Amino acid sequence: MIVELGHMALVIALVVSVFQTIIPLYGTACQQPRLISFACPAAIVQFTALVLSFGSLINAFVASDFSVANVVDNSSSLKPMLYKVAGVWGNHEGSMLLWVLILSFFGASVAIFGANLPEILRARVIAIQGLIGASFLTFIIFTSNPFVRMIPAPIDGRGLNPLLQDIGLALHPPILYLGYVGLSTTFSFAVAALLEGRVSRSWARWVRPWILAAWVALTAGITLGSIWSYYELGWGGWWFWDPVENASFMPWLVATALLHSVIVLEKRNALKRWTVLLALVAFAFSLLGTFLVRSGVLTSVHSFAVDSQRGIFMLVLLSVTIVGSLFLYAWRAPAIESSEIFFFISREGALITNNLFMITGATTVLIGTIYPLFLESISGEKISVGPPFFESTFVPLMVPLILAVGVGPFLTWKRDNLVIVVKNVFFATVCLFMVFVFLWGVPIGAMFGLALAVWLMLSVLTEWAHRVRLFRVSLFSSLSRALVLPRSAYGMSIAHFGLAVFIFGAVGNNFYSTEVVRYASPGEKIKIAGHTLTFQSVNAGKGVNYDSYVGKFVMENGQVIESERRFFPIEGQQTTEVGLCIRPLGDIYTVLGEAVARNKWTIRIYYNAFVVWIWIGSFLMSLGGLLSFLDSRLRIRLQGSCAIIR
Amino acid sequence: MSNRKYRVTMLIGCLAFIATAVALVLIAFEDSVVFFFTPTELQSKQINPERRIRVGGLVEDGSTQRGPSDAEIRFKVTDGNTSLTIRYIGILPDLFREGQGVVAQGYLHNAVFQADEVLAKHDETYMPRNLATAIK
Repeated sequence: MIVELGHMALVIALVVSVFQTIIPLYGTACQQPRLISFACPAAIVQFTALVLSFGSLINAFVASDFSVANVVDNSSSLKPMLYKVAGVWGNHEGSMLLWVLILSFFGASVAIFGANLPEILRARVIAIQGLIGASFLTFIIFTSNPFVRMIPAPIDGRGLNPLLQDIGLALHPPILYLGYVGLSTTFSFAVAALLEGRVSRSWARWVRPWILAAWVALTAGITLGSIWSYYELGWGGWWFWDPVENASFMPWLVATALLHSVIVLEKRNALKRWTVLLALVAFAFSLLGTFLVRSGVLTSVHSFAVDSQRGIFMLVLLSVTIVGSLFLYAWRAPAIESSEIFFFISREGALITNNLFMITGATTVLIGTIYPLFLESISGEKISVGPPFFESTFVPLMVPLILAVGVGPFLTWKRDNLVIVVKNVFFATVCLFMVFVFLWGVPIGAMFGLALAVWLMLSVLTEWAHRVRLFRVSLFSSLSRALVLPRSAYGMSIAHFGLAVFIFGAVGNNFYSTEVVRYASPGEKIKIAGHTLTFQSVNAGKGVNYDSYVGKFVMENGQVIESERRFFPIEGQQTTEVGLCIRPLGDIYTVLGEAVARNKWTIRIYYNAFVVWIWIGSFLMSLGGLLSFLDSRLRIRLQGSCAIIR
Repeated sequence: MSNRKYRVTMLIGCLAFIATAVALVLIAFEDSVVFFFTPTELQSKQINPERRIRVGGLVEDGSTQRGPSDAEIRFKVTDGNTSLTIRYIGILPDLFREGQGVVAQGYLHNAVFQADEVLAKHDETYMPRNLATAIK
């Protein structure tokens, strides 16, 4: 019964979203305030309907209702409660439902928190959200309905892929989706601006919190995904340039570019068309990501062919969005007047540099990700593009970008003098050379990368010191300056510092990690990166829905690291639980392989240098974005918007 | 500098930048693209032993052997017609099983494939992309 209610709510959401699109758009076209005011309640009703629908699906999973096909395929009565709930979005249908739920959440947020927006703009934004919602709801209802019944109902389900039975996977998709789908709001704002035919500084202020919200969630989501793959897959790495990872990384790059270009728009009333275009492209990338991950085209052409309905539907959706929005852009953008002259040595110059590199970076990642698909579908030749490609294209592009990140915040708007800037980063640059000298003899890449990271950290700190006039005025007045600095200033500093920490971790990890693979019997000692581990014992264990072997390793200081091999009988699958000893300089990471003889096991031990700094840096970036998001200066009231309502 | 001149300079700068990026991509493609072959295709081709390639097929039943030295494993993959011996040092993926599909990445030396990476299918319904077409 509850399942039917959820199904019904899903259909209601579709109907509402269609009206949510048509009525406000018609209302704005013929200036009918009553039709325009239909937008907000519709968005809230759509969200409520989807909450009910999603709630009923959760209920079906929690209650292990095996008359629902989706529950049978992705759950079992033995599964721990947390994973019963997480199993809702651990599969295609459920995760698409989560996708539209979050989409409607953003639509409803614009309705509820968008009181500062002009009525017409808000109505248009909500209408576009409704349009996206309507397309995806159609997709779900016709190709991926999670509420399909299975009759007769089996006694138990087939269980969830054990790799997905993990806290990381319970958290990662919802947060990642918040970011992915959050970009829909900026897309809607851009489309609304194009419909209006004008983009103003106020528009930049209105859209910025939404970009920040999406960016923060996207950053955190990607980080969580990386952490999950680090400890769950047992391959020792934190980023594999896997197409699925790239699918989330490309929107991130574009969103980062957007985040910076919108600042230029806000402060200098420039880069109008470019910013609108970026907002369109960012969402196009997140749709592309959804298509790549959800259509099955990546995991196998095979599964794409078997279930081509889904893939083709999404491909059509993707093309319509891209072609449609670019067409709208080509038609309306010339109406947006914009004429600015930039000087390279200026704040906006640095921000444009950021944009240039971010977009080029995103393009190289795009080429590496989809070229193999193209080649195979055209010539049948099968290739794979792995980390070496991305390391030799994307990474070099980031070096000048990092320089711009360090220098940019010192520059004034309009035009600055390079000499003054060089003076400002002088201290940091001196330290850069000291790091060079200190690291002399290590691999050149490590030396360069680590020095660059240190340079960036110092220049961020110097910039902060400049702002509070540290050592130029009394310490007390510096402190009081520090307290009244706007949150967005701290946001920027923390995010840039986070980037530096991330680079430090990533470079260090790349150059100083080592691994040992061998057979070992309990009692043997293994040396790695200056540590001596004792492989103590292997014991049989038992979990709620699995059997396991637990290997015990002991560090020289007595710390015990446990690494497991689990066997899940329901799913008929094996997983590896990595043993981890997290340390600031490098994690010790142990994997227990299979038994090769009595009391002899294959073991693999990694020393993953600096890996923890990668996560810390990423979360700092996210935190910086969050601080900017909370800056009260962004919450301006209806000021200046009367000019926009024509 | 006049506006026009400035714009032209900026444009040239951007074009030079894009050209650099394109060059980077092309050079990288030359070096880092990994081609996929089936054991049958390998027989008829001369593959440079320096070149990293991928080989895919089903693991032959009863072909898995453990070597005497550290964590060395040998197994054969087949595409139905030809089989190829693969040598790998390390822990095989959790989903590695005889009779199932795998993709190995590495170098071909004297008819033995030295793998530095072995990928197995992800779950019951997944088959490595290249393999699905190779077996058919």
